[in-house]
Amino acid sequence: MKEMVNIYVMGKLYSVPAGLTIMNAMEIAGYKHIRGCGCRAGFCGACATIYRIQGDNELHFALACQTAVADNMFIATIPFFPTQKAIYDINEVKPTEQIMMQLYPEIYSCIGCNACTKACPQSLNVMQYIAQAQRGDYATCAEESFDCVACGMCSNRCPAGISHPLVALLARRLNGKYIMPKSEHLEDRANAISNGEYLDALEAIAGKPLSEITELYNHREIEKK
Amino acid sequence: MYSDKMINSMAKVAETRKSRIGADPARFTADEKSKLLAIYHPDFKEEAFSVLEVGANKGGKVPNELHDLLQGKSRMLGKEIDLEDVKYTSDVLVIGGGGSGASCALESFAAGCKVTMVTKLRIGDANTMMAEGGIQAADKENDSPAQHYLDAFGGGHFTNKPELLKMLVGDAPGALQWLNNLGVMFDKDENGVMATTAGGGTSRNRMHACADYSGAEIMRVLRDEVKNDGIEVVEFTSAIEILLDEKGNAAGAVLINMETGELMVAKAKCVVLCTGGAGRIHYQDFPTTNHYGATADGLVMAYRAGAELRDADAIQYHPTGVAFPAQMLGALVTEKVRSLGAMLVNVDGEAFMNPLECRDITSASIIRECSDKNKGIETPLGTAVWLDSPMIDMIHGEGTLLKKLPGMLRMYQKMGIDMREDPILIYPTLHYQNGGVDVNADSMSTLVNNLFVAGEAAGGVHGRNRLMGNSLLDVIVFGRNAGKCAAARAKETEMPSKLSIDHINKFDAAVKASGAEYKAVSPMLLPEYTNIKNKGTL
Repeated sequence: MKEMVNIYVMGKLYSVPAGLTIMNAMEIAGYKHIRGCGCRAGFCGACATIYRIQGDNELHFALACQTAVADNMFIATIPFFPTQKAIYDINEVKPTEQIMMQLYPEIYSCIGCNACTKACPQSLNVMQYIAQAQRGDYATCAEESFDCVACGMCSNRCPAGISHPLVALLARRLNGKYIMPKSEHLEDRANAISNGEYLDALEAIAGKPLSEITELYNHREIEKK
Repeated sequence: MYSDKMINSMAKVAETRKSRIGADPARFTADEKSKLLAIYHPDFKEEAFSVLEVGANKGGKVPNELHDLLQGKSRMLGKEIDLEDVKYTSDVLVIGGGGSGASCALESFAAGCKVTMVTKLRIGDANTMMAEGGIQAADKENDSPAQHYLDAFGGGHFTNKPELLKMLVGDAPGALQWLNNLGVMFDKDENGVMATTAGGGTSRNRMHACADYSGAEIMRVLRDEVKNDGIEVVEFTSAIEILLDEKGNAAGAVLINMETGELMVAKAKCVVLCTGGAGRIHYQDFPTTNHYGATADGLVMAYRAGAELRDADAIQYHPTGVAFPAQMLGALVTEKVRSLGAMLVNVDGEAFMNPLECRDITSASIIRECSDKNKGIETPLGTAVWLDSPMIDMIHGEGTLLKKLPGMLRMYQKMGIDMREDPILIYPTLHYQNGGVDVNADSMSTLVNNLFVAGEAAGGVHGRNRLMGNSLLDVIVFGRNAGKCAAARAKETEMPSKLSIDHINKFDAAVKASGAEYKAVSPMLLPEYTNIKNKGTL
């Protein structure tokens, strides 16, 4: 006999096998997901979930696909939260302090309650990366926020109405485009190909008879790690 | 959590670990590879395939599950819909909101088209989001598009369509440049030199990454850009059939609102299918790494509209899926774990193969180890082998695994496992549809005009086996290609005047005439994982 636990989906009791993820447990209970289910692997943020264990004051924030059910777990899925995205042209914006002031001025209303950090199922230091964005330190903000899956739980808890995942996304794009060093070898190679270099060699290899290309493949030199 | 047998075996793995650092187990010969595939690869299991009775691939074989969907009952049969009542009109209709759909939409928009994107779940809910390992491009001194071609062509068993593969490798550096200019944060050093590693079957270190969030990082930037452009995105709305005009050219689609069930008509000069793969069909009952919506919908719609498929019987099983603990069964353990030096090790602590063989060979070899060689480790749901992840920090220095594989580490930590300390149990998992709709170099169906297909839904570029890092590349290169070509085509095409679903009725008649029976309603849209014995109708 499998060990069973009691869970409450939006307050309604179901008995499900222990050890399942919240997502699987809801399915076993009979819920066919339309919202609240995406990659099922912890990357897409579709399955943000708030739960509380009965009798415990602490609220927990989790991805349903990455979290096991527990006995007496009260579960609410939050498949959507209204955040506000600023529209911008990535070629026009620059990584200046003013750009956050223009596009996401609400971040300066942060009251430092740290509810965002406590709500992050990825254990990111959300309040800190917002502080970095306020200061225009986009490189650090980008690194700190890199594992964000945009589930929106931080925004859900924020008394200042900040759309944290979108602030972080802007910081990362500014970092990737303007702050991180340029990859000259990539530019050079892409430009060379645009100028027609490398293409003759490519045509030549693609045009070889199968026997010859098989031979080339089977005896190609493999670069050491 | 672990059984006694697992603990004993884990001790043996730890014992041999030091001696395996720096070792480079011999690669299989061409002959050994052929034998491994023929005996152990799931694609060679005859009873798992059936022959199609109708359609452009009549007489060809596909997996049983796909057969039943391709020849499934249309969701339109018996439904009345006024095709004159058009809800969305656009130059280019993009179906699917993953990496190829977003790239396509951006390029069609940039070319001046009115673009509508419809997507079954949310924009970004796609396999692109889950691609952890990286993206290939020949941008280093010792590398070239020709070398990339050779690797991918050999890895695909020389069955790739040359005109597509040439484009994939030739456009790769430009695709990375495009992404970098959009603000994608690639791993690079202080001089801007891209960090590159090897993948299974690559002869050069050309795997570029964004930690182990490569696909997620690319997808979230593309999604943001689609929104910045103000492109119309209709979420939770799936296409269920392609519409054709009087000439038999693609001219729109019938859509269904996934929440309300409302049917709607979309009309367009060109239609681009970016609907992705089929892991959620669970071929041969394998678990899958794929996202929730990967149910081959695009193949079904294209096939009914008259398109031809190629290599639809070539399925990729990723060698390293989670085998334990059970709640994460089938989830992806990125190939980057092997790229960084982790070996595949059996119950006795022996490295039984070179960890950087191609995916199909590696999967076959693991299946052999767990079956005929009887050297697997028993798990509650089957057998598995070890992937010796603690080797990574021993080879590259402490902290490497945390820096290079943060997502992987977190996933295992949530299951109570520290993969820096202990090896992990893995077994092949259903990962990728190597084939798909046959397209030309303009990404247009070879048989249905104005129907474009890009990304995993298209076939040919990878032949019968794709290399790691070539699918992220595929969605960018061919998403963009389809977007540009569809835009160019739309400019010389009149808005269709009359839409038709006659082809669906004809397909239905052909299925009935062939004597084949409907075993499924298709497209599937979403898999069924609920478990209710007595289900009533609400």
